[in-house]
Amino acid sequence: MTMDADYLELSDVRVVFDGFVAVDGVSMTVLQGDLRFLIGPNGAGKTTLVDAITGLAPATGSVRFGRTELVGKKVHQIARLGIGRTFQTATVFEELTILQNLDIAAGAARRPLSLLRRRCSVPPEVEEAMDMVGLTALRNTQAGALAHGQKQWLEIGMLLVQDARVLLLDEPVAGMSADERIQTGELLYRIGSARTVVVVEHDMDFMRSFATSVTVLHAGKVLSEGTVAQVQADPRVQEVYLGRSEVAS
Amino acid sequence: MTDTTATSSGKLRRNYGVLFGFVLGALALLVLAPAVLSDFRLSLLGRFVCYGIVAVGIGLAWGRGGMLTLGQGVFFGLGGYVMAFHLKLADAGPSGVPDFMLLYGSGHLPIWWEPFRSPVVTLLGIVLIPSLVAFGLGIAIFRRRVRGAYFAILSQALAAAFAILLIGQQVTLGGFNGLNGFRSFFGFNLYDPVNKRMLFYIAAIALLAMLAVVWQLYRSRYGELLIAVRDQEERVRFLGYDPANIKLVAYVLAAAMAGIAGALFVPIVGIISPANVGVVPSIAFVIGVAIGGRATLFGPVLGAIAVAWAQTALSENFPSFWSYFQGALFVLVIAFLPAGLSSVTLLQRSLPRRWGFGTRGGSLSPPPSDAGSLLSPEPDLSGVSAGTETGQ
Repeated sequence: MTMDADYLELSDVRVVFDGFVAVDGVSMTVLQGDLRFLIGPNGAGKTTLVDAITGLAPATGSVRFGRTELVGKKVHQIARLGIGRTFQTATVFEELTILQNLDIAAGAARRPLSLLRRRCSVPPEVEEAMDMVGLTALRNTQAGALAHGQKQWLEIGMLLVQDARVLLLDEPVAGMSADERIQTGELLYRIGSARTVVVVEHDMDFMRSFATSVTVLHAGKVLSEGTVAQVQADPRVQEVYLGRSEVAS
Repeated sequence: MTDTTATSSGKLRRNYGVLFGFVLGALALLVLAPAVLSDFRLSLLGRFVCYGIVAVGIGLAWGRGGMLTLGQGVFFGLGGYVMAFHLKLADAGPSGVPDFMLLYGSGHLPIWWEPFRSPVVTLLGIVLIPSLVAFGLGIAIFRRRVRGAYFAILSQALAAAFAILLIGQQVTLGGFNGLNGFRSFFGFNLYDPVNKRMLFYIAAIALLAMLAVVWQLYRSRYGELLIAVRDQEERVRFLGYDPANIKLVAYVLAAAMAGIAGALFVPIVGIISPANVGVVPSIAFVIGVAIGGRATLFGPVLGAIAVAWAQTALSENFPSFWSYFQGALFVLVIAFLPAGLSSVTLLQRSLPRRWGFGTRGGSLSPPPSDAGSLLSPEPDLSGVSAGTETGQ
């Protein structure tokens, strides 16, 4: 790994809502090419951590992308720096076509006057992303008519044309069929090598198949971190997932 | 164009449809109406055309941008009063004072009336003053992420406040009576029927020009972006845009159009008063747009003109009946055609899909655009912004 490769470095990130500590001093580093899975029981603070990185939840501490500090920046500024995310429920622009959805994602840096013209050709990055997520044949379909899995792929495609260097995916395979999960995993694998990818996921089989590293969150804190095997062997992780009483007995 | 041939021919057809609509509208307004209507009726139609211009702007801000602008009377009034200043000063002659000031006040011209002696300043002011006011308001409103019903209530309150402010200014703005009794328009005698006809042509051409501007916007990338902001404002933020700026453009344009409409209204109707700019006219603007179809190109204009026409026709025959009819029409359209009367054609095309005959993933015709809630067409992602999905 070269020195100037992208990386995401969190140190002592805290998110507090009205006295409730949702994220309690999380520190972690995700390197380029890493496919990092963020797991943990319900309420562990996984989504809140993603919210904190993307500027949606008010955070203290430090989130650094390369040399840039993200804490304190606005949502759209962080997005322009190359941090992209998806949501648990796929949020695409349902009345627009796949092509239009991707074109909008590609255009944050467009000049105001160029926005007033019609799109006369499809930008190459849009073409590429459509091909990458396998939606080229459906380019003129309205996003609202897509199946659930296709919407998630469209969202990932939007991250690609956005040229996101860091991809934060919130439960990308929730509600997908087994086939779709495999396709999604392979897609993440393909796009992950040149990017920094963090996946929040509940599906342990999916995690075991595709994760290169895992961070386990519990009650807002990092419980364990390492490879899949290391994390699985960690007795504290087993305790959280299997329940205290069972371990004690 | 790398689009498949099927859809580019569909686009072509849609473009021809719009061009056909333009030609039809131009023929109806510029040839047919002057030929068959009496001077009195033509002048009435001219007033409705002014409402149509306001409606084009509301269609842009509300239909495409999701901002329910219940206070367009403010911008209509700003444009109208600016025009009225100039007409009153021109009638009074060089360094003269408008008649009502001699009647009610000291006969001393307030200093801020002076610039409007100049026709150039007046024409600039008609566009720039409503735009700048909308820009200031818009920045304050959209940066604070005020939207949906709150935005609607806020804009309505502004219209009420504006009308009250005007009523209070008897000496400088004519108070409740407003400004009226104009005799000339940039040197043309307003009592001459030929000049009244000319005013109608100016209004009709302005309406067609506004439609052309909005059509280009709808076809542009900005138009797509505006729909994206209407439907998923928070999502757009995560793509690196500031939705406030995108909404601001539509809001300012709608205000400028309302200002131009107000300025044309003044010489055509011969009066501008608080009754033309307050809450009631502001709501009437929106009702026409809702009935016509707010998200379509021609719907808002046709709705606004048709409703105003119906109002005049019905009030002539049943003077106290109109409000009931207006209310009933509004309720019926919202109940059965939430996207307006012009959605009837869209509905026909989308019916097969609605009944389950359509194919998923084929090339689809546009659905009845946002048949959802009237007040906030954007499905509020407030869950995301309020941090309610935190505990995952």
